[in-house]
Amino acid sequence: MTEPLLSVRDLVVEFPTRRGTLRALDRVSFDIEEGEVLGMVGESGAGKSITGAAIIGLIEPPGRIAGGEIWLRGERIDTLPPERMRRIRGKRIGMVFQDPLTSLNPLFTVAEQIIETIRTHLDMGEREARERAIALLDQVGIPAARRRIDDYPHHFSGGMRQRVVIALALAAEPELVIADEPTTALDVSVQAQIIDVLKEMCASRGASVLLITHDMGVIAETADRVAVLYAGRMAEIGHVQGVIQNAEHPYTRGLMGSIPTLTQSADRLVQIPGAMPRLNAIPDGCAFNPRCPQVFNRCRVERPELLDRGNGRRVACWLYDEAGVSGPGETAGERTGSQDG
Amino acid sequence: MADVTAASDVLLKVEGLTRYFDVSKPWLNRVIEREAKQYLTAVADVNFEIRRGETFALVGESGSGKSTIAKMVVGLLPPSEGRIVFDGTAMSGTAGAQMRKLRRRFQMIFQDPFASLNPRWHVGDIIAEPIRTFGLARGREMRAEVARLLETVGLSASDAGKFPHEFSGGQRQRIAIARALSSRPEFIVCDEPTSALDVSVQAQILNLMRDLQDEFGLTYLFISHDLSVVRHMANRIGVLYLGRLAEVADGKQLFTAPQHPYSRMLLDAVPDLAMTGRRRKPVEGEIPNPINPPPGCSFHPRCPYANARCRQEVPRMIRRGSSEAACFAVEEGRI
Repeated sequence: MTEPLLSVRDLVVEFPTRRGTLRALDRVSFDIEEGEVLGMVGESGAGKSITGAAIIGLIEPPGRIAGGEIWLRGERIDTLPPERMRRIRGKRIGMVFQDPLTSLNPLFTVAEQIIETIRTHLDMGEREARERAIALLDQVGIPAARRRIDDYPHHFSGGMRQRVVIALALAAEPELVIADEPTTALDVSVQAQIIDVLKEMCASRGASVLLITHDMGVIAETADRVAVLYAGRMAEIGHVQGVIQNAEHPYTRGLMGSIPTLTQSADRLVQIPGAMPRLNAIPDGCAFNPRCPQVFNRCRVERPELLDRGNGRRVACWLYDEAGVSGPGETAGERTGSQDG
Repeated sequence: MADVTAASDVLLKVEGLTRYFDVSKPWLNRVIEREAKQYLTAVADVNFEIRRGETFALVGESGSGKSTIAKMVVGLLPPSEGRIVFDGTAMSGTAGAQMRKLRRRFQMIFQDPFASLNPRWHVGDIIAEPIRTFGLARGREMRAEVARLLETVGLSASDAGKFPHEFSGGQRQRIAIARALSSRPEFIVCDEPTSALDVSVQAQILNLMRDLQDEFGLTYLFISHDLSVVRHMANRIGVLYLGRLAEVADGKQLFTAPQHPYSRMLLDAVPDLAMTGRRRKPVEGEIPNPINPPPGCSFHPRCPYANARCRQEVPRMIRRGSSEAACFAVEEGRI
């Protein structure tokens, strides 16, 4: 295999506060391959959005990248000066945010905003850029694009606005699109349309996607692989189907069990006791250990690293450490069995 | 919970419930611009019954009128037309002491636990307020009751002395539930009780609500936009579209054999864990503006089965087996 499109290595993001430094991301590593959709899930405060912001160099001060490396196609981008990073942002990495109303400027027409983006990054004349903008709007499914391009954002409905944002993100043919909760502000019936547009637009251009969401359903039908974050650390990463159907990390398992589904009705949902720790009170050892049903001594002292489980799956859990005190065998098998029932 | 219940077991009955909102421009603008008054119909002719001990859910997308119905049911908003009958008593004709007696018997849980708890009050006072208001207990007895309620919802009795900001979102929702339970109600309106919470916390709250229902024999009106949550919680479900009920059906029935084209499309559109790799069918178009709803069936511009009749006449609810749907295509057997 060639090198991955994006490679994140041991990324650490810290926020200094008066009462000490908070670690929002703690040694997170992952790759995104060419043309791949990587889903990133976690509960609020797990570090999903910070990961996206770190990649595009938009961590709000006083927050800062305190360690690790980010490589975009063999070029290290986390140390680039702001001027160089600005040319990568929008050109090579496109962005789609949660709220389409705040990511579009209400004072400019859609035409002005898309044409500006195109002309900033591509060598194009005004007229050529306008034609390109119309073609883009047409592709994202805006009816009568030629007429509507001169409308202001408030003339569009929520779903249509998010389509405009997708067109804007893809205007300069980026290699990577970071979509941070792109459908969270939308109704379910519109959500499906937007996911389809995002998927098709990126697939037809060969762009990779980092899809950040708290909605496992969206991940299930959109992503190729999924990374699960917990308290700023990576708990598990692997192919979507594998992770959903046969989660290995106890947190992932709890998370999957706690989601009500349409197909099977359970009397009770699996519930994980407690809540995710605050960033200033992350326990020693594994961050999940106080809530984990399978915790043992080692979890309370030593932090587990991602262990390779084969088939692209990596899990940060001592249950799967061959050299560990307790073998994964019986406990893990038992848990999976009770999950099916 | 018994599935077969007699008609006398109806706890809440809603008949022809309608609510308009005046969304006109100010008087002077109207005079100068020669515009008529403008009304938004948030809820139009909604009928349903909730039986004792069951969970009735209302689902719909934003603007479908879910929360407006919830507010009318608990009396926070007067209906423009229609009747709400709680345990045989029409709420509109009731006032004074009788209304007060009725009020104790229903409570509400709101969506956002960060907004629904007074940040300047101790948790104990928040929970005690309904007890004090309705004169159910006082002094030491009241404090014991608060402690018991805190433990019922999975918090500790010592939490009574804390302030809401010391709690996480899920814990705050537990406090809101304890407050709702404190007047010993029979009926609780839950308006999106878990949509501000993370999934693992949502599971805790949903489980708690079910346990409390079993323990106290509560009846819920459960409002949500999340079909999978509704499926998990409800015995019967009403699907709202632009302020009108499109379909009312038993939980199982709605998810296995939905009748109304809107219910069908909504079910196809929901992302589900079991859907790995499968594509869902996106619903065409978006919800129209409720100020100028389309004539006839309001769903017809997005409906694949719409014909001339759907564009002119408003369909009525037609009962078929255990479910009701307002759709000409279903009525005429076209689908």
